[in-house]
Amino acid sequence: MVTATETKKVQIEIFRQDTPESTPYWEKFEVNYRPNMNVISALMEIRRNPVNADGKATTPVAWDMSCLEEVCGACSMVINGKPRQSCSALIDQLVQPIKLAPMKTFPVVRDLQVDRTRMFDSLKKVKAWVPIDGSYDLGEGPRMPERKRQWAYELSKCMTCGVCLEACPNVNSGASFMGPAPLSQVRLFNAHPTGSMNKDERLNAIMGDGGLANCGNAQNCVVACPKGIPLTTSIAALNRDTTVQMFKNFFGSDHMVD
Amino acid sequence: MSKDREFYWRRLHSLLGIIPVGLFVAQHLVVNHFATRGEEAFNKASGFMGSLPFVILLEIFIIYLPLMFHAFYGIYIAFTAKNNPQRYGTLRNYLFILQRITGIFLVVFIAWHVFETRFQAAIGAKEVNFNMMAEILSNPWMLGFYIVGVISATFHLANGIWSFLVSWGITQSPQSQRIATYVTLVIFLALSVVGVQALLAFV
Repeated sequence: MVTATETKKVQIEIFRQDTPESTPYWEKFEVNYRPNMNVISALMEIRRNPVNADGKATTPVAWDMSCLEEVCGACSMVINGKPRQSCSALIDQLVQPIKLAPMKTFPVVRDLQVDRTRMFDSLKKVKAWVPIDGSYDLGEGPRMPERKRQWAYELSKCMTCGVCLEACPNVNSGASFMGPAPLSQVRLFNAHPTGSMNKDERLNAIMGDGGLANCGNAQNCVVACPKGIPLTTSIAALNRDTTVQMFKNFFGSDHMVD
Repeated sequence: MSKDREFYWRRLHSLLGIIPVGLFVAQHLVVNHFATRGEEAFNKASGFMGSLPFVILLEIFIIYLPLMFHAFYGIYIAFTAKNNPQRYGTLRNYLFILQRITGIFLVVFIAWHVFETRFQAAIGAKEVNFNMMAEILSNPWMLGFYIVGVISATFHLANGIWSFLVSWGITQSPQSQRIATYVTLVIFLALSVVGVQALLAFV
């Protein structure tokens, strides 16, 4: 019998780690159910009253978050075995006990917090930007066709959340593979009319250590991407671009971009 | 092997898997199929292959060197992956894992197969002919080992053609990759039938 004083509980198990080097352990929690809860609001409940399911006081659980609307990528974690954003993971749609773990592909800072620096380093390595700085006004760049802009917008939705790296079997501590996200950014910036003026630099960057060739076509990334970015199409397209670039580098004359 | 040259090593690995190793595997299975026409036909065909001019150079440059690079670099590739089929049970993820499992198995199988046949002939202990294979395959365990070996090879080749097409940027769209899956499935089935029929002809 459910009495009036008894409220519905949400069972949560969290894979915790106190410091980057310490041994991780599972801890169980129970929080009061509220309609329309997401994983973050459940974590906030635990933070408000850091007591585990055994009734013992514990440390508050650490996690990252920012936008709360699945556009920043900060709150990614492994929820019931799948990497995704905790802000858009609704309690009503999850099997309980809900198991939360950090994305172990990245170094764990504490609990569910991970350090995604390697992704930002990769973006720097592949020059994922349009260089327009100069000592004088360079004027307007070439115009981008509207239909191409709409297509490129889909690639620009990448929020560097790290889910595709977590899903990829070839991204791990034993390999230097940069993963699908930064590769797809190369396709985005090479498609930009001004960005394409440096496309050979980006292609040569992904032909180096940890680059494009590490892809083994398991194609988990495209299934996992929360933004529906066609990552495997990007990778295959870059495979063709680098094939051409490889022959240009070796057999070509002294031309650079075109 | 420098990590900075990884792109070229990988592309070479992908290319050598098809040309010449893949072509050789297909040729080998087809020549073996002479066994279904009887002992004499097989001995004539294998005798012809074994008496090609410059046969040792052909073997070294078309088989041994490319195959060894493909095998050893492939072992490195297989062990850098951290498989996760329990998380993503998609066809492609399973094929990715199978490609690595069959690859490792083939290193063992081919090493044994070359030792048991070509090496024994090279040291003059035995002669490569119908009787040699009939003797080997009279052991049911060896027959099983050879059937698994042949099917691993045809799978690894067919799935390797699929990833070759992606790795060189030939099939880009999901649709073209899907059709390539069907085409390579047919290649896998056809070569498996040819290979296994030949094996059974020795029993």
